Formats: sequence, structure tokens, C-alpha cells
Amino acid sequence: MIEMQEVFKKYPNGVTAVNGIDVRINQGEFVYVVGPSGAGKSTFIKMMYREEVPTLGTIMVNGVNIAKIKPKKIPLFRRNLGVVFQDFKLLPTLTVYENIAFALEVIEAQPKFIKKRVMEVLDLVNLKHKARMLPTELSGGEQQRVSIARSIVNSPKVVIADEPTGNLDPETSWEIMNIFDEINTRGTTVVMATHNKEIVNTIKHRVIAIESGKIVRDEQRGEYGYES
Amino acid sequence: MMSRGVNTGMKARTLTRHARESLKSISRNGWMTFASVSAVTVTLILVGVFFVIMMNLNRVAQTIEGDVEIRVHIDVAANKQDQENLKKQIETLSEVKSITFSSKKQELNNLIKSLGTEGKAFKLFEQDNPLNDVYVVKTKNPTDTMKAASKIEKMNYVSKVMYGQGQVEKLFKFIKASRNVGFVLIIGLLFTAVFLISNTIKITIIARRREIKIMRLVGATNNFIRWPFLLEGLWLGILGAILPIILITIAYSNAYDYLAPKLKGNFIQILPVDPFMYQISGILILMGAVIGVFGSVMSVRKFLKF
Ligand SMILES: Nc1ncnc2c1ncn2[C@@H]1O[C@H](COP(=O)(O)OP(=O)(O)OP(=O)(O)O)[C@@H](O)[C@H]1O
Ligand SMILES: [Mg+2]
Repeated sequence: MIEMQEVFKKYPNGVTAVNGIDVRINQGEFVYVVGPSGAGKSTFIKMMYREEVPTLGTIMVNGVNIAKIKPKKIPLFRRNLGVVFQDFKLLPTLTVYENIAFALEVIEAQPKFIKKRVMEVLDLVNLKHKARMLPTELSGGEQQRVSIARSIVNSPKVVIADEPTGNLDPETSWEIMNIFDEINTRGTTVVMATHNKEIVNTIKHRVIAIESGKIVRDEQRGEYGYES
Repeated sequence: MMSRGVNTGMKARTLTRHARESLKSISRNGWMTFASVSAVTVTLILVGVFFVIMMNLNRVAQTIEGDVEIRVHIDVAANKQDQENLKKQIETLSEVKSITFSSKKQELNNLIKSLGTEGKAFKLFEQDNPLNDVYVVKTKNPTDTMKAASKIEKMNYVSKVMYGQGQVEKLFKFIKASRNVGFVLIIGLLFTAVFLISNTIKITIIARRREIKIMRLVGATNNFIRWPFLLEGLWLGILGAILPIILITIAYSNAYDYLAPKLKGNFIQILPVDPFMYQISGILILMGAVIGVFGSVMSVRKFLKF
């Protein structure tokens, strides 16, 4: 569960990117975050995984107030959520398998468990047969599938995605959306910032619209609501 | 039982991983690795030479220290009672450790003995001894010699006070001065070496920024991220210590083989190669390691802030 109360974020350069947000996202929900460019969507999302710290307010994620969390506890907190980016953020020198295993190795999981779990998530994103390839040998959609696989390899309660289809063609975007839907069906909360009108209007979920750092609309099974 | 076995296995595996990562960047950083290892090498050669000289000088100083004494020549006019009073006065000085009486007859015998065959000529003086009775005074601390001597000089029935004639003081001054110069030089060099290492590590970190970012996103602890960089610094420092150890050991062994026979019978000795070179090697490796780890701590710190 994610709950924000009276959250403000003012960057050191004086820009107020989030200007008083109250929101509650329950376990298992699927939420689209929409809004014009520069509205504060990425800032809103970054505060959920403690990439940015709010200037004011409380943010409860999985029972922890991450506005006040001690730096030492951040790593453990992050093991309970997955993050997916527009630019995939894969390591170019590691194979598909290694990229995913990496996320478990650096938290010192057992080798046996790593093997089993990596194969599981590779299966989920349908890339078992490309496990030994390098990211550069894959299409954009396949790379994003690897990055999604990496984000869920820890079995997180929440997956946060910032424009995961931003770099992909429409057809590939649908594949990626289906994977997120599948992850959500298995009980994981998904929060996704997106500019993809067609997807938001087709695969219906809760829509939170942000403009100038404020929530201007919050609807279950909402519409995208902007001209794309 | 079960979980204990699992835990130790995990640690060894993690350590292997960190070691592998650190060696990878050492070979990848090429010229920067070379530059920082060279900086450590130059620093440690100078540190090593400095230590070798200082420790030998200290040893000489210690040998001499044990030998420093003040010879108080007693005025011929002094009678037994006056001599006793003088002795008591000297004994009350806080610097004084011991005082022994040496009669003029003993003094003459010592002189004759020390001069060997030529000394026989002095036998003539046995009838009419021109020497004085002497108090031989030792101080608790060799650096107090001068202070004690000047106090004794002012006492009654003291005709003359003799001590190391400034040799000891000169040696101590020299040791002190070279120690200070050496320290300044070495501290400057240490900073340079630390700076170069921290720069090398910074390059590694920048090359791995992406990797570190992902590690932090998926919940790796700072310690886990830090380890490979600390090890890299450690290797750079230890690599930098190898050449200094080899060079200094060879040079010192040769110097020792050359000097030791010449100093035979002399009370001044230089430190034997074994164990001295083992101690110096230990010091140099330790210093290299400290320089390296310190350098990497400096550059890692700011990358791991949340
Ligand atoms: N690190 C930063 N430092 C300073 N200002 C920032 C920073 N990140 C974002 N901003 C500013 O905060 C505001 C909101 O930016 P944010 O990235 O959250 O918008 P967004 O809704 O994600 O936009 P887009 O749809 O283009 O991704 C913008 O005015 C932006 O310039
Ligand atoms: Mg954005």
C-alpha cells in the first residue's frame, strides 16, 4: 500500500514539482499516472522509491514512512519494490540471464535460488530462449521485457514504471502492457506514468491525472483525457 | 547448524565476487592504475629509506645514550667532608640517576690503561698525581645531561664539569631535524599518493555508475557496493609496496655487508638485515594498504549518499 499525505517537492533550483498531493493506492491496484509534460509525474513516482525526498509530507510505502527513513534502511526497503524505466537501464556487458541474476546477486541471494527464480521470470516475459544473448542483440521490446523481469525478480509488492513504453512502437507497447497486466493479476501493485492514450483508454484501470504538481483527476477505470 | 553452513558459504562467495570485480577494474583502468601504483611506489621508497635511516640513527643514539655521563672534577682544595657535601648536593638534583666516586689514582690508572704502551710514560706521575678526584654522574634522561651539568658547575668545590662535549646534543638535534624534514616530505607524498588513488577509484566508479545505480535500485547495501572499490584501493596500495620492498632490501643488504665488517668491534652497529628488513617490509605493505584503502574511501563516500 502507498499513501501520500500533504506531499510537496521543491527542487533546489526553486521548481516546485509536486505541490500538495494526497493519495492512497491499495495493494493490488493498477494505477496510471497521466498529465502534460513537466506536470510532476516523474517526481511523484521517484518519491515512491525514495529516489527523491519530499520537502514536506509523509509517504507510507509498505508500512514505512520513506520521507523519514534512515539511509541505512533504504536498501532493505527497495527490495520490496521494482522499478522500470523508459530507457531499460540494462548492463550492456552482461547477458540477459546475468542482467536479471545481478539484481539477486547484489542482495546476496542463494545461487540455487537465483537460478530457479531467474528462469521463472524469464519464462513470464517469454525470453527463456534468449537468456544467453546480450542486450544489444535484442529489440527494444525485448530489452524492456528483460528490465521488467529484473524488476520483479525480488517478488516485490509494488512495481513502479516511468513511461515504460515511451521508447517502443505501438505493437511492442501492447506486449509490454500485457506483461504488466499479468504481473498485476498475480497481486502486485503497479503504478505507471504514461503518455500512451490508446493503452490507457483500452486496458482500463484507475487514472490519476497530475497538472502543475497537483492531482486534478482521480478515477477508477478512467480515461486518458488529453490529446496525445 | 544448517543455516550456519549456508551463511559462511555466502560470505566466501560474496568475497570472491568483490575480489573479482576489483581485479577487473584494475586491469581495465590501465594507465590510471599504473600512475597510482607508481605514486605509491615513489612514496614508499622514500618512506622506506627514511625509516631505514631513522631507525639506525635511533639505535646509535640509544647506544650512545647509555654511555652519556657527566664527569665532575673535584677541586683539590676539597677535604673529605666537602666531597661528601658535594655528593649529597648532586644527589638531590632531580635529573640525576646515579653518582659514583673515582679517586685520582683510579683516574690515572684508567688513563694509563686507555693509552696502552704510550701510557707507561704517565707512570711517572704516580708520585705526584696532577689529576682530580672525579664524581661520575649519570642522568635519568640523556637529554637532561646539559641541564644537570650546568647546575653542578655552579656548586662549591667543583673545578670542572665534562660531558659528551656537545656530541650527543648535536646528534639528538640532527635526528630531530631530519625527522621533521622527513615527516613533512613524507606527508606531502602520502597526500599525493592518496589523491592519485582516489582519482583512479573515481574513474572506476564513474565507469560503473550505471551498475551502481542499478545495484542501489534493487536494494544492494552500501557496504556491498563499497567492497570492490576498497579492495581495488587495497591492491593498488599493496602493488605499490612491492618494488620499494625489493629495492630497499637489496640496497640495505649490500650496505650491511659492506659496513658491518668495518664497524666490527666498534660500539656503533647498524641493524641486522634479519629481522630489520622483515619489519620494514611489513611497515611498507601496511602503509601501502592504508594509503590505498584511504584513497578509495575518499572517493566512494560521496557516491553512496542517499
Ligand atoms: N532533478 C531536478 N532538479 C530540478 N528540477 C527538476 C528536476 N527534475 C524535474 N524537475 C522539474 O520539475 C518539474 C516536473 O518534472 P517531472 O520530471 O516530474 O515532470 P513529468 O511530469 O515527469 O514530465 P514528462 O512527462 O516530460 O516526463 C519540471 O518543471 C522539471 O523541470
Ligand atoms: Mg517524466
